[in-house]
Amino acid sequence: MKLTLWTYEGPPHVGAMRVVTGMRGVHYVLHAPQGDTYADLLFTMIERRSERPPVTYTSFQARDLGGDTAELFKTAAREASERFKPDALVVGASCTAELIQDDPGGLAEALGLSIPVIALELPAYQKKEHWGAAETLYRLVRGCVEHARVPANLERNREGRAPRCNILGPCGLGYRHRDDVTEISRLLQRLGIEISVVAPFGASPADLARLPEADFNVVLYPEIAETAAAWLEKTYRQPRTKIVPIGVGATQDFVREVAAMAGVDPTPALAPEASRLPWYSHSVDSTYLTGKRVFIFGDASHAMAAARIAKEEMGFDVVGLGTYSREFARPMRELATSLGIEALITDDYLEVEERVAELHPDLVLGTQMERHIAKRLGVPCSVISAPVHVQDFPARFAPQMGYEGANVIFDSWVQPLMMGLEEHLLNMFKEDFEFHPDAPASHLGAPTSAAEARSTDFRVTDAQNAAPMGASADSVAVLKESEVALIEKESTASALNGQVSWANDAEKELGRIPFFVRGKARRNTENYARERGIAIISVETLYEAKAHLSR
Amino acid sequence: MNAPLSHIPVLRERGQREVFCGLTGIVWLHRKVQDAFFLVVGSRTCAHLIQSAAGVMIFAEPRFATAIIDERDLAGLADANDELDRVVTQLLARRPDIRLLFLVGSCPSEVIKLDLSRAAERLNTQMWPQTRVLNYSGSGIETTFTQGEDACLASWVPVLPDAPSNTAAELMVVGSLPDIVEDQLRRQFAAMGIPKVVFFPPRRSTETVHVGSNTRFLLAQPFLSETARLLEARGAQRIPALFPFGAEGTAAWLAAAGKSFGIAESVCIEASAAAMRRAQRALAPFKEELQGKKVFFFPDSQLEIPLARFLSRELGMVLTEVGTPYLHKTHLAEELAALPSEVQLSEGQDVERQIDRCRASQPDLVVCGLGLANPFESEGMATKWSIELVFSPVHGFEQAADLAELFARPLRRRQRLKI
Ligand code: SF4
Repeated sequence: MKLTLWTYEGPPHVGAMRVVTGMRGVHYVLHAPQGDTYADLLFTMIERRSERPPVTYTSFQARDLGGDTAELFKTAAREASERFKPDALVVGASCTAELIQDDPGGLAEALGLSIPVIALELPAYQKKEHWGAAETLYRLVRGCVEHARVPANLERNREGRAPRCNILGPCGLGYRHRDDVTEISRLLQRLGIEISVVAPFGASPADLARLPEADFNVVLYPEIAETAAAWLEKTYRQPRTKIVPIGVGATQDFVREVAAMAGVDPTPALAPEASRLPWYSHSVDSTYLTGKRVFIFGDASHAMAAARIAKEEMGFDVVGLGTYSREFARPMRELATSLGIEALITDDYLEVEERVAELHPDLVLGTQMERHIAKRLGVPCSVISAPVHVQDFPARFAPQMGYEGANVIFDSWVQPLMMGLEEHLLNMFKEDFEFHPDAPASHLGAPTSAAEARSTDFRVTDAQNAAPMGASADSVAVLKESEVALIEKESTASALNGQVSWANDAEKELGRIPFFVRGKARRNTENYARERGIAIISVETLYEAKAHLSR
Repeated sequence: MNAPLSHIPVLRERGQREVFCGLTGIVWLHRKVQDAFFLVVGSRTCAHLIQSAAGVMIFAEPRFATAIIDERDLAGLADANDELDRVVTQLLARRPDIRLLFLVGSCPSEVIKLDLSRAAERLNTQMWPQTRVLNYSGSGIETTFTQGEDACLASWVPVLPDAPSNTAAELMVVGSLPDIVEDQLRRQFAAMGIPKVVFFPPRRSTETVHVGSNTRFLLAQPFLSETARLLEARGAQRIPALFPFGAEGTAAWLAAAGKSFGIAESVCIEASAAAMRRAQRALAPFKEELQGKKVFFFPDSQLEIPLARFLSRELGMVLTEVGTPYLHKTHLAEELAALPSEVQLSEGQDVERQIDRCRASQPDLVVCGLGLANPFESEGMATKWSIELVFSPVHGFEQAADLAELFARPLRRRQRLKI
């Protein structure tokens, strides 16, 4: 048993739902109790899908147990195939149904349907959402290809036609998948490569059966498509890409990789002006980005790509790096080691929080969970990875991949940080009455009252709580100044714990430090004092600590 | 169960349900009772459900968590009990401020027959008096959405202290309400001459809530059947009434309490006259907007029937189908009697058939869960998310117009948008 406050991933059948919801002509009959239908709202609310996910839940109840749950499943599967007339039926069990062992695969087989039936075995007490998605895509691809009897020695005559590839991985509830597909398709077209099938996104079972016809596979999201792509490579000798094109450098490497697979010239997609990121990073205003300490956490692909961008393209110091995807622990560890740090491989939110608090970075690049951690600790944050939130489906075109993705990343990482000149002005003229020590960065908008956000009435607050699924409250990934003040008070209280305290004038001096670095200054000074057995921090201690730490 | 208490036939359905399970109640209960903690013993699905229902807003560390059962626990039950003890000890060490811990059962814990009542007893002997440990089931195979609150309160009733006998009758309001609504109602009761009112659940578990034969209770929510049964078993008397939604509902609810306490009707009317008039005045513009509009309710919280009564009687809306996950004919007797006879009531669900009926009846407004709302909107139908009706202050005179506004807003929005 594991005590869990928040989870990064849902159960594996939610992964399966993400695959089938991304597709056309597939229906999923899930043996599950009524409450599991909550998963529908992930798609209809967070992703704002205008259709219900193609899922039928058997909704068995306590009184059915030991009785006719199997019959219930058969009825649900029969009625779903009559009503929705899918081209392929996916069947499986949720965590509870796994325990009652009804064998959905066998039951569906017994119905004698003419369409392919894909039975999923997703061990809910061992595996999680991404694994479930990968397994489902693999089973679906294999099921559809085998149903169509595509021969293993399939001929792919390359004469007189453009090279063609499939794009694998984009699915329902994916972090910016919608826009990544558009951006990468453009890039491939610029190289003269045809796109045969994009899957699961928008693909039908017939499209899956056509996958082996392409010359190679572009794996955009290894978490979801690696298993299927590896099977296609083994069975149909279709090479697959290994580079995830997030960031300018990775995109260029990806272009060279696909160009080699396709046998085309990479140059048309390597133009240096393709992305604004390199110039923006070189421009003088970005000097202030130098050496900013970043903590990175997310799914493995996005976190690893972010580490490279942070180091090579933004000039940051990566002080922490980790992932909740245990499946990718090995490459993650290797990358962390090469950066001289230790990778954090965990799905325990509290552990991540602890690490962030310990490192007190200048910027956190993480998931929605880290956004909240960062907010509590008073650190700027930008979101780089799933699990997703309604804000991760912006109305505008905002890919993460390719050159445009690099532009988007530059903007969204820099936005929560203070602008260069503004930082200096604040430092020089801290006493200006409008620059008072509690003033937030001007580009972050007017501060809102934290009291407002912390309504004492539980129902009102919870109405806002429900809202993140459907927008509104709490919309910007930056800290509001007034919240920082509150967080600070809390942290003072805990730091005081009989160890070090602040003299009045030192406390006042601390108040003159701009709010976005104040938390760090407080921590550093307290640590400095503690290490030296100083019980009361004076103005002197504050500046000694500053001098000591800026060596 | 089929006692002919109502003149309205009920369509009973069995099929796919599109509803939350009882675990969802934790989302508001953990905010209501400020020193209680809810530990779900379940799967990753259960953890994901609560997290998704609560949104991902994490202001403070939440007072709920999930002990996720894994393979090792499935291997042997003795093991699972040790594990549970370990997790609880770990939790209470982290949160010494917790005075009431609920172990909440889920589908997996029930299917593997993990006996949480024994576990709660065992842990309670260890933790009491610092922390009381109770248990209830919020599983989807036993409970639907708001039934989780019922199960929670029902687990609490047996440990409420006995009311001293031979004291005057006391009023108890049962069902969690927003603090602000509680305070308003307290003032209403005081004005009527009922000075002492206790609310159950209390804001802090250490507040004394007595129960005994001198307890008279009013249900504030229509979904508390088991809680009411157990209170009655301890000698308390339920005061039958309309539920306090809308001006009429609130007046009737307060009057029922007044009558039970032997307060003259004129006194009750006088005491609520000002608030009643204010509510009616605030409702008038909504009536103009909503009159004659057709509304369809999908089953969700069991609030459907009282809300339908409010919409039909105070705002002139036309009821098509009113679905409820469970119909408690005794607690809803007054509500059912107040419904127009042409309404179609349904209990249980077969969501596909119900969607067909909904489309066919072409309502102006569909009240449904979050999984169905956007798909209906994209078909051109206006929707009201039913979860908001549970998460917002909607009871009492002062909230009557807010409640009406929740139904009017989706229609207003459609009128405004020219795209
Ligand atoms: S329906 Fe059962 S398994 Fe699903 S979330 Fe609710 S309690 Fe957990």
